[in-house]
Amino acid sequence: MRPYGDRSPFEKTLRGARESTKSIGVGSSRTPLHELYGTITPSSLHFERHHAGVPAIDPAQHRLLIHGMVDAPVSFSMEDLRRLPSVTRPHFIECAGNGGGELAGNAGADASRSHGLLSNSEWTGVKLSTLLSAAKMQSGASWVIAEGADACRMARSIPITKAMDDALIVYAQNGEAIRPEQGYPLRLLLPGWEGNASIKWLHRLHVASEPAMSNQETAHYTDLHPTGKATIFSFEMEASSVITRPSGSQKLAGPGFHEISGLAWSGRGKVSKVEVSTDGGKAWQAAVLDDPLMTKAVVRFRLPWQWDGQATVILSRCIDETGYVQPTRDQFLADRGPNSTYHYNGIKSWRVEADGSVKNV
Amino acid sequence: MFEALVISTLLAQAVTGRPANADEIRNFDITVFPDGKGLPAGKGTAANGKEIYKAKCAECHNEKGEGRDQQYPRLVGGVGSLASPKPIKTVGSYWPHATTVWDAIFRAMPYETPRTLKPDEVYAVTALLLHWNGIITETFELNEKTLPQVKMPNRDGFISDARPYQKLKK
Repeated sequence: MRPYGDRSPFEKTLRGARESTKSIGVGSSRTPLHELYGTITPSSLHFERHHAGVPAIDPAQHRLLIHGMVDAPVSFSMEDLRRLPSVTRPHFIECAGNGGGELAGNAGADASRSHGLLSNSEWTGVKLSTLLSAAKMQSGASWVIAEGADACRMARSIPITKAMDDALIVYAQNGEAIRPEQGYPLRLLLPGWEGNASIKWLHRLHVASEPAMSNQETAHYTDLHPTGKATIFSFEMEASSVITRPSGSQKLAGPGFHEISGLAWSGRGKVSKVEVSTDGGKAWQAAVLDDPLMTKAVVRFRLPWQWDGQATVILSRCIDETGYVQPTRDQFLADRGPNSTYHYNGIKSWRVEADGSVKNV
Repeated sequence: MFEALVISTLLAQAVTGRPANADEIRNFDITVFPDGKGLPAGKGTAANGKEIYKAKCAECHNEKGEGRDQQYPRLVGGVGSLASPKPIKTVGSYWPHATTVWDAIFRAMPYETPRTLKPDEVYAVTALLLHWNGIITETFELNEKTLPQVKMPNRDGFISDARPYQKLKK
């Protein structure tokens, strides 16, 4: 008997990680999407992106301060927060830079390297609107600046409309306390928005009439267009999808039946349809979506497939409830050019060779 | 109906936490806004900033802000490059507000010992970066009044999010 369980020693799936050689604690790790099933990312395999390491925080000492344009500045302990009405919801978190290599023409060899800055968890916490109501926001309050307790005091400005809509302050992930790398003991969760804005190790919310224009939201997470102008506060992650089986680095055992399966998601709401092509994009078929379809959460799609043993290209595209259709890479490039860095969501193709090996196209 | 009313009344009473006092807010609040709100009193020039930069910044950002490989991108130059095939995003070419430079240095730098620089030192290093980018002179005094008035070259380089851009046809 083990007090805290672990997986079978035969299971070896790991995150791929990249860390700065000079500034220890700066880096990212990727969820091995191509080696997982279902929709929930095991907490141990959730992707990470840290800008200044992972702080060690004693939850008994941790507090969340709300101040600024409020009549009742307030400080919450973790227990104060757990006493409040809570919700549990599945949501994905996707790094704004997910797929950046695909955009740059430096495509990943497998679904981890192409799309692994995406994970999906069941989160539990308090609605941010509950906390802001308790602090009695003043009229004219239109932004909330969220700050983390990491060494760089990561800060992002969040429009009050999102704060009062579906923003959550979460303390649990997949049924247990959130992991240190995900912001233990407390993080902001902005469903459907770029991961960087969901501040981890949250310790301060500053209500204001304007954004702080922090370096993260100006110098970094902005999308440069070919005109030289850049989009700022481009928070939403648009509809995207990736086939995870068969996908890069895998090998089909031989001709015959293979289920094609993958993940689809949209930061604007529910996925309404996923279409799959097994002939390089000439014909498209609607895939089956696993129930339940939850808003701003990953959905698993599936399509039965008889592989005839010929080399081909398989691809998927996501359509969300707003009617938005996932673009091709060429369409994306035509709109935003090659240097926009963030929010890439072009259709991903995998080439199945006659010998069954699957490669990036 | 009655039960719903009871629940909504209870939810309206869902208030916990303790009042935060002015001192703890002041000690904790480091937000700096583009109009200068939140900047502490202090002053510095590019000339003052050279020694601090050499001691605390150059190891990563290189001798004159030219950066080192991909981990430490350039801080200086690149003006006019944003619409080119190889844009160079630096403090000088890209950052829209001078207050952000002060805030980023104070908040997060030096990497191993953030928030140890005194306000005067942060004004001085900020002045040095602005000077190397040709935005202020070497002797221009940056302080809580002059810093928000510095106009950055790319001040008007940002547009609001107007996605979806695509007019897609299946």
